[in-house]
This record gives sequence, C-alpha cells and structure tokens, in this order.
Amino acid sequence: MLNQRNSIWSGIDWITVGMFLALCIIGWVNIYAAGYSFEHESSIVSWSNRAGKQFVWIITALLMGLIIILIDEHTYQILGYWFYGIMILILLATPVLAHDIKGSLSWISLGPVSIQPAEFAKCFTAIAVAKYMGRYGYEVKGWKDLVVPFLLIGVPMFIIMVLQDETGSALVFGAFLFVFYRQGMTGKFLLFGAIAVLVGVLVLKLQIIPDNWIDMVLQPHQRSRIEVLLGIKDDPRGAGYNVAQSLIAIGSGRFFGKGFLQGTQTKLNFVPEQDTDFIFCTIGEEWGFFGSAFVVLLYMAFILRLITLAERQRDMFSQVYAYAVACIFLVHLTINVGMVLGIMPVIGIPLPFFSYGGSSLWGFTLLLFILIRLDASRINKML
Amino acid sequence: MINDRYHNRCSIVLRGIVIAVASLLVLRLFYLQVIDSSKVDKADRNALYRQTIYPSRGLIYDRNGNLLVFNQSVYDVMLTFKEMGQDFDTLGFCKVMRITRQDFENRLNEISDRNRNRGFSKLTPQVFMSLLSKEDVSVLQESLFSFPGVAIRERTVRDYTYQAAAHVLGNVGEVNQNDLDRDPYYARGDYSGRDGIERCYEKILRGTKGVEVLMRDAHGRIQGSYHDGELDRQPQSGTDIQLTLDIRVQMLAEQLLQGKKGSAVAIEPKTGEILALVSSPAWDPKQLVGRPRSKNYNVLLNDKHKPLLNRAIQAQYPPGSTFKLIQSLVGLQAGVLNEHTMYPCSGKESTPIKCTHHHGSPVDLESAIEQSCNPYYWQAFRDILQAGGSSNRQLHRNYDKWRERVLSFGFGSAFDTDIRNQYKGSIPDSKMYDRIYGKSGWKAITIRSLSIGQGEILVTPLQLANEAACIANGGYFVTPHLARLGKAELDSAGVPQNQNEKHYALVDACHFDVVKRGMARVMTNGTGRHYAVPELNMCGKTGTVQNPHGRDHAIFIGFAPLEDPKIAVAVVVENAGFGATWAAPVATMMMEQYLTDTVARTDLYNRISTTQLIN
Repeated sequence: MLNQRNSIWSGIDWITVGMFLALCIIGWVNIYAAGYSFEHESSIVSWSNRAGKQFVWIITALLMGLIIILIDEHTYQILGYWFYGIMILILLATPVLAHDIKGSLSWISLGPVSIQPAEFAKCFTAIAVAKYMGRYGYEVKGWKDLVVPFLLIGVPMFIIMVLQDETGSALVFGAFLFVFYRQGMTGKFLLFGAIAVLVGVLVLKLQIIPDNWIDMVLQPHQRSRIEVLLGIKDDPRGAGYNVAQSLIAIGSGRFFGKGFLQGTQTKLNFVPEQDTDFIFCTIGEEWGFFGSAFVVLLYMAFILRLITLAERQRDMFSQVYAYAVACIFLVHLTINVGMVLGIMPVIGIPLPFFSYGGSSLWGFTLLLFILIRLDASRINKML
Repeated sequence: MINDRYHNRCSIVLRGIVIAVASLLVLRLFYLQVIDSSKVDKADRNALYRQTIYPSRGLIYDRNGNLLVFNQSVYDVMLTFKEMGQDFDTLGFCKVMRITRQDFENRLNEISDRNRNRGFSKLTPQVFMSLLSKEDVSVLQESLFSFPGVAIRERTVRDYTYQAAAHVLGNVGEVNQNDLDRDPYYARGDYSGRDGIERCYEKILRGTKGVEVLMRDAHGRIQGSYHDGELDRQPQSGTDIQLTLDIRVQMLAEQLLQGKKGSAVAIEPKTGEILALVSSPAWDPKQLVGRPRSKNYNVLLNDKHKPLLNRAIQAQYPPGSTFKLIQSLVGLQAGVLNEHTMYPCSGKESTPIKCTHHHGSPVDLESAIEQSCNPYYWQAFRDILQAGGSSNRQLHRNYDKWRERVLSFGFGSAFDTDIRNQYKGSIPDSKMYDRIYGKSGWKAITIRSLSIGQGEILVTPLQLANEAACIANGGYFVTPHLARLGKAELDSAGVPQNQNEKHYALVDACHFDVVKRGMARVMTNGTGRHYAVPELNMCGKTGTVQNPHGRDHAIFIGFAPLEDPKIAVAVVVENAGFGATWAAPVATMMMEQYLTDTVARTDLYNRISTTQLIN
C-alpha cells in the first residue's frame, strides 16, 4: 500500500501541475487588474470583487485536484458511460431549470453559485470517447468505426447548441476531430473540415446563398459577428465594437505594456466582458507584447506537454483521453485569443484558467487532473 | 504497437498545429502591439478627457488705481439625466430654483432635443440654467445632496465698477471661427476680448489656460485624474492692466454728452496718456455681459444713432475754426506771418469769405485767433500758397510744403498705438486737386475753404486732441495711448508703441507762444469767454463745422493751464450749432474736473447734461 501510494505521488507530472498553477495565478492577477477601479481600490482577496471570488474558486479547484489524485484511476474507465449518461440528462434538464443569461440557457443555480453544466460536459464526453476507443481490439479501420465516437460527441453538441443556444461551447467538441485523427481517422476529414469552413466563409462573403437559408443555420447576432470579422459589415458600435475596443486595448499596450493596474481601456469599461471572455485584453494592455506573447507561449508549452503525456500513455483509454484534453485546450486557446485579436469571430468561450468563473475553472481542473492521475499511475499499467 | 510509425507522424502533425497556432497568435500580437502604433492614440481618445481650467482674466484699473473691470463668478446649474433617477424631487427642485414645473419640463425638452442641443447625452452634465448669481444658487447649493444628478459649475464673466468707458474697455465674447482659425490657443466656446482694451491686450489679459487630464469611462463618466495629475498644468492668471484714463473725467464727459451725439478726448500733453476717450451715445458695459449680451448687442447694432461707432476715433469731420491754429503755426514757420502781421476784415462784406464775428480791422494774429477771423486766414493761406511767386509750379511746391507741415501734427494717419480701428482722416494732397481740377486748373482761391478748416479736410476727435496737446507742448506730441505698460508686456500683447518718443511738428518751438496767447485770449475775450475758469488759465479755440446734412457741429479744442499744460482736450458735439455754446462748456468742465478734482459750476453741469439733442 505504502509503496503504491508513494508511486502515485512520485508519478505525478509536476511540470504540468506547475504550468497549471502558473496559468491560474497569472489569470487571477489579471482578473484583479480587470476589475480594479481607479476610484475604489479593493484588495485582491476581498470577497467583494471578482478576484477575491476567483481566489476561492482556485483554492476549491486545488482541493478538487487533490481528491482526484486520491481516487482510483480505474473509476473513470469503469464508470465512463454512467458519467456520460448522467451528464446528458443534466444537459437536457438545464434549459428547463436555467435562468436566461445573455441569450443562452446554460446556467443553473445551486444555492449561491451558478453552474454551467456545459463546462463539465467536455470532460465526461472525453471519458466516454476514450472508453469506447480504448476497448480491447478497437482500431479505426473505416468510417463505420467512427460512428459511435461521432454520436458520443454529437449528442452533447446538439443539446448545447440547439437547446441551450450556446454555440461557442458546442464548437469546442470539434476538438475531438483531432483525437480521431490521431487514432487513425484519415486526415481527409480534417482537410474536409477546413474546406467546409472555407466554403462557409465564401458563402457569406460572396452572398451566393439566400439570406433566409443562412438565417436557418445562424442566429442574427452570430451572423453579424462573422460578417464583421470577414469585413463584410463595418459596425464599430455594434458587433464590431467589442473587437474594435479589444484591439485598441491590446494595441495601446505596445511592447512593455502600461504596467500593472495602469490599463485605462479595460478599467474604464471600454472593453466588454473584460474579466471573462476578453480577459486577454488586460494582459495585452498592461503587460504589452512582452507579457501577452509570454502567456501564449506558456500555453503552447502546456499543450505540447500534454501531447507528450498523451504519447507516453501505455493504454488506449489514457492516450485517447489525454489527446482529448490537449485538443480541447488548443481549441479554447485558438478561438478565445483569436477572437480577442480579431482573427476569429466573436464566439463566447473562456480562456482556460484565465477567465473568471467557477464552472469553467472547475471544469478544466477536472479535465486536467484526471489526466494527471491517469498519467501518474501509468507505471502500474506496465506491471 | 500503439506507437507505430503512422501514429508517430500524427503526433508530429498535432504538435505542428499547436506550434503553428501559437506562432500565428504571437505574430498577430507583434503586429498589433509593436508594428501598428495607431492604437495608442485611439486609446487616449477613448479614456482621457482633457478638462480645461480657465485662468482668471487680468483686471483693469484707471490711472488712479480705481478698479474698472473685474471678474464675477456666475454659476451654471447642470443636470445629468441618467443620474437623476425616477424619483427625482421635481417639485422641490423647482421650488429651490424658483421656477414653475412647466418651465422645468420645457427646459428639459429643450435640452434633450438633439436638433437644438447637439452634444446631448443622458450620461454627461447638461446646462440647465446658466449665468446665475451666487444668490440664485445659494439655496440649491445647500440642498444639493437631495437632488442627485444636479451639479453647479462656476464660471467667471466680466463685471464693471462704473457705468462708463464702454467703447474704451470693449467687451468679452465667445470666439468665432475666425479666432479659432487664427490662434490655436482658442477652443470652441472660449471667450476672448472684443473691441477696445479687451481686444487689444487680449494676449496678456487672457493668461494661460491650465489643463486637468481626467479619465472617463465608456459611458462618458469621469473617473478621477490620470496618473495622479502628473500631466496636469495649472492655469496662469492674466496680467492686470492700468489704464491712463481718469475715470472721473471720463464719467463727467459721458454725463455731459448724454443725449447728444459727439465725442470728447482728453490727453496729458507731456506723456500722451489719454485721460478720457468718450463717444456718445454709449451704453452700460454690463449690458454686454452674460445672458442678455446678444440681445442687447443687436439693439445697439440697429440703433439709428449708431452707438457702436466709436466717434472719438471713427468719426471724421472738417476741423472748422480749430484748424486756424494750425494755419497760424504753418504760416509763421513759412515766414508769411509774424505776430504783427495784419490783415483787413470787412466783416460780413468780406470776400471771398465773410467774417462771422464783429471786431475791428485790420487785426493782428493774436486777435485773429481770438476773434476767429475768417478773412484773416483766407488771406494768410493765400499768401502761404503764393509765396515766392504765383506760378503753378510754385503753387504745387507751396501746397505740398504746407501739407507736409500740417501732417506733422498727427493728421492724415492713424496713431500707431493701442487703439484699434482708428480712422485716418484726410489732408488732401495736390494730386487730388490735380485730378479734380486739372494740373493747372486750381489756385489758392479754388481751395479757399481749407483756410478756415472746411472743405476736403477730415480729422478725428483724437487727432484734434493730439493737436491741442502738441500746441500745449510747444511743438511735439507723444503718441496718445490708453495703457501704462512696460516694453515686455507691450511686446507680448503685440502692440507696437514707444511711449516715450516725442514726435516733433515741423514748426519751430518759437512760433507757439503767440498762438498760445491767442488761445488764452479766446478764453478771456473771445468766443470761449463765457465758459472759462479764470484761475485755471485755460486756452482754447472754438469751431463750428458746416454740415451739409443738418445743423452744424460744435467743436472745441484747448488745454490748461497756459504756463504748464496738464490737460489737452477736444470735444465735438454733432448737430449742436455753435462750438462756443456746446463744445466749450464740456471741454472746460473736463479740464476743471481734472485740475481741481471737482466741477464748481453745477448749474452749467446740470444744464448741459440734461439737454437732449437727439431723440
């Protein structure tokens, strides 16, 4: 017992844990800066501001990580489909129980805190997909082998997109395409996906499809966001406002930034959603190119480390799961920072560990620490 | 078996994608933050609000240190709609402001009408009532806390101690497009000097604006100072100015000219300091301050008596008999006259110019001045022009020489001084007569009107006062001016002036005594005798200017005392008739006021000041 226990702690990849902590702390400091008011100063650990609350979320997330480390690694593989089923039920119930926040029906209240179940759905879908693809003898030989995995990601995607009206969170499930590719799906699918996006862009740009067809697929606000990005519509006070202000905030940071707590654009509310989806603006404005490039590179190192972890797994379940985790972080980084930098449409998804919010922080912590736990016991798998 | 070669390739592709995405984001960041520098400016325009702090405008004093113009605080009541809220105590507010609920609603509609109020925003303070006095806002000030969204803003406007000198002082008004184009100092809505001293010395009166750099949020709300006021600049008050005016003489002259069209100018001969510069009709300078300014300005603009015209510098008249002093001096200098030169006078029978007074004949120079004898001056002028022969060439030469000497008294041009928009007057040159009559078509007789100051000569009252000062000084004048300032201040105000330089007339000093004696006799035996104050040894000369459009203009110039002149005066009363009757009393009372600090002749004062010559 003692021996095994020791081996778990010694098997933990402290590099990943260190990068996780670094991202959380940098995010926390920037949430404090984003919410900082020139007129009413308040402490970084005061419950009255969001940085103080985020501190509580970080502490509870660490506790959660600790508990996950202590739970047996086989739990997830064994109970994978149960978790998945319960999650689907919760997702279905969410629109009924939800209170409307900014046009989406994805939040439910649990006492004093609001929870967004979609943030946890990624994790349980990854477990279910890993369980299915980690079956003994499973191999991707043709499209028939991918029917079930596509269904596994398609169902939560559909519920989140259509019933909860939360397109951004649903798009993240696209990350699994990379996982399938890694496990043997032909690269043509990725190519096909890229071409589909390109065609979609051309359709909107050249306006070759009747407007009412497009309206069946896209909400008006989504359409206008994409059109602004593509330069079809110029609308600095409407959909383009967020991005225009975001670019001003980041661009005005120059090389070394304006300094901690010195950002005017974020603090004076020119940038909307500045401590959630647009948290990267604060980094860009106050820490400049120096700081924001550092954060992007830290993320890159983090994701590359996750791929390294994935590659060293000895069993299919762990490897598929690890790839799912790495790809989900990659998609979040690309969409969120791309949006803030004006090279992606405005899709409201958080920047993991940076954006304010308990649900997203807990969701990502759960996702990551299950991987760390699986990785920690990979030695045992050899035996 | 898992890590076969194919899968290895896939993991390399995935790592490649991660690195590519990160590189793309970093490149984009590099472009936005290092290459493209346009965002800094946009960010500043977003977040920084440069609030101007206005300096207090320089004060204006008279020569004795009496405060003439100062700054008065006025208050604007500002409303920020968004902050007023649903349960705003409208009735209480109306009561405090002493307005009706209807007034309140009307004004609110006016403010929120974007056609009339372009800068309207619910989030920023809007002017609800402006230019209120301290008393008007004192109650509101005390109960301000119970009216959210209401604020009081302080501003300053000009105020005046005396209801006098409106033309001299000028006024202050909002800058126009022209000012904005010409001087980058101004911003829309700023105030600057209009006319008079306010305009001429604008650059030193206005001071230097300060600035407070404030942060403003996305809704336009001010969020405190930027970088702890590091970039702020304190305003610098304008320079105070002491004028050369004696406000008591100025006010006396204005009162005496009440109900009349005319002007009066008094100068201290030795220094060129203007003691009074009066144009009538005038207005109370307070009329062009604050709310009623534009309405009152239009009333003045459309007044048929043209009060906005500064007659002291902009009205031009033939000098009439006062010009005989110049003729005497030029004649003496030309060698045509000496103090014993006699000419005959046949009174009303004289030709070609009749005499308007009764006196013996022939008369000498002093008596000619005393009696204002027209035939004397015609004959003197004729002899000046015909000296050395009566050829046409000699006539031109003599006329040009005569004109040159006349101009040397300050006629025919504007003084280079701190009085703007002076008219030049005119002493015609021989070329003009050549054009009218042909080169050999005119002789002394043709232009005989000039001999008695009629005809084509035009002078301004300021030039007449300067003439008096020049005679009082015995041959020189100092450029008349209104402000006592050092060289540095004059330079920064952009006023080209040398306040110590003497301009010598082209007539030798020795010729002035006889003219002065003649002027003294005007006041003892001649046309001015009724209005002299004997102990002040006044000297003067009356004039009556023929006016083809109506009654004659009355003119008087003079100085006192004879031995050591302290004040030189010129007075013109339009359409008043004889100079002796209307202009002389005004001028002598001004001299009396200045020299004795009082006017003893109260009956005369009452009679003149209450006489209405215009309606």
